[in-house]
Amino acid sequence: MIIGEQKPLKEICDILEGHHRILVAGCRSCVAICLAGGEKEVGILSESLRLHSDLAGKGWEIDEVTVERQCENEWVREIAPKIEGKDAVLSIACGVGAQTIQAMYPKVRSLPGLNTSNMGAPIEPGIFMERCGGCGDCVLHLTGGICPIVRCAKSLLNGPCGGSQNGKCEIGKETPCAWEEIYQSLKELGRLDLLEANIPPKDWTPSRSGGPRKIVRPEAVMSETERQLRGER
Amino acid sequence: MKADSNLERILTSGKFAVTAEIGPPRSASADLVRKKAEEMKGSADAFNLTDNQTAMSRMSSIACAVVLMQQGLEPVVQMTCRDRNRIAMQSDVLGASALGVLDILCLSGDHQSFGNMKEAKNVYDVDSIQELMILRKMRDEGKLWNGDELDVAPKLFLGAAANPFADPFEFRVTRLGKKAAAGADFVQTQSIYDMERFEKWMGLVRARGLHERVHILAGVMPLKSHKVALYMKNKVSGMIVPDAIVERMRNAKDPKEEGVLICVEQIDHLKSIEGVHGVHIMAVNWEEIVPRIVSEAGLTPRNRY
Repeated sequence: MIIGEQKPLKEICDILEGHHRILVAGCRSCVAICLAGGEKEVGILSESLRLHSDLAGKGWEIDEVTVERQCENEWVREIAPKIEGKDAVLSIACGVGAQTIQAMYPKVRSLPGLNTSNMGAPIEPGIFMERCGGCGDCVLHLTGGICPIVRCAKSLLNGPCGGSQNGKCEIGKETPCAWEEIYQSLKELGRLDLLEANIPPKDWTPSRSGGPRKIVRPEAVMSETERQLRGER
Repeated sequence: MKADSNLERILTSGKFAVTAEIGPPRSASADLVRKKAEEMKGSADAFNLTDNQTAMSRMSSIACAVVLMQQGLEPVVQMTCRDRNRIAMQSDVLGASALGVLDILCLSGDHQSFGNMKEAKNVYDVDSIQELMILRKMRDEGKLWNGDELDVAPKLFLGAAANPFADPFEFRVTRLGKKAAAGADFVQTQSIYDMERFEKWMGLVRARGLHERVHILAGVMPLKSHKVALYMKNKVSGMIVPDAIVERMRNAKDPKEEGVLICVEQIDHLKSIEGVHGVHIMAVNWEEIVPRIVSEAGLTPRNRY
């Protein structure tokens, strides 16, 4: 899932400056699970903004909406009546959601109320950790099911650097050393042999380095006839 | 001979090598480098130039290497993966080689969070083992990593780091093996204070025959005070400083003298360990002490070989 956290209220208020009719738009998917942009958070943030508006004499009209998945056109299309008459949407979904809104409603400003952080998982109640770097060329089969691309601070592919000590990363005692975890996992699996081979320089073209990535599933792409039958252009 | 550097000639002839570290200045003045070079000349076979150590911008290790060569010293250029991708790395190697650099040490590099510009973006396109693979290909095959032919291949003697004091301990020997397989001709270790652990590591190194595949230079760092010892023990990741050393420094009448004495004792001991082919002296901000340590350890004169 995508992990994010709300921007500080002060920054949100600065971003909203100059707008009046504002729709706070949340999402019931990832950001709801990481307690940052679900229906509850939309309610709390909207109340905070109304309060700020009253105290600071901003005259903001704050409306609320939460969609099932803000990254998909099907769901975002449904909020058209809510968007009507607004001059800004404050999206507290991830950056994908905020962009989906902007693409669908080009006359209204889509503003970010949330910082999208990473692809991760809840590891304990209230604690979320990055797990995948989306590098486009997964190596988990070589590394005991632990991603060195994001879980190692240096994205090393051939074992821990000289800063790994007592299971911790050199960047801080709060951060586990991914390569210590990889070592222990492979030991448990009886596959320490995987660590003997040198992994050559990685091909980063399927990663962000190759520019924005696009994946095409030909069987799902609509033909011209299908588009016409559906009345789409 | 791969590069025919002074360091390579000494190590391949079976002589005990001495290397020492020089920290480039935070300055645009070559005079500071010349001064250090003059102070240290003749005290080691080659001199490491650190590459923005602890992730702080300093004079480039390649530029400092040129100054050292002008003064008649042999440089070991440290090159980290933190600040350059494979394009810049290969370009830097060609440039360094063109200017006469023969010894290059491949390193991951300290994470930028240690430095004075923590908000910087790191690179890590490749890691230190992949860096070795790339540089070896340039030297041995006369090709860039992608296979493009080089008009003239660089002559290189390739180094790497090894840290017997980092974890997981058992993997540290495997990692040395990986570095040897990737092309390391020599390694310099992290500063040794825990001799017992170092000897245990060397035992495992010998058991795998790695001491015959790669020259191991044991790292030492003279201590100036017990506070420095405590700092290394508590703050520097991947270092082990036994309490006995801290106490010895604390109780010393003249801590600097004690630091020199400990360092000389360590070198004496390291000379006796099978598979240790030299020492690497890292006198951080105390480079001028190196000639004395080398002399008292009975390792002078260091003639060009």
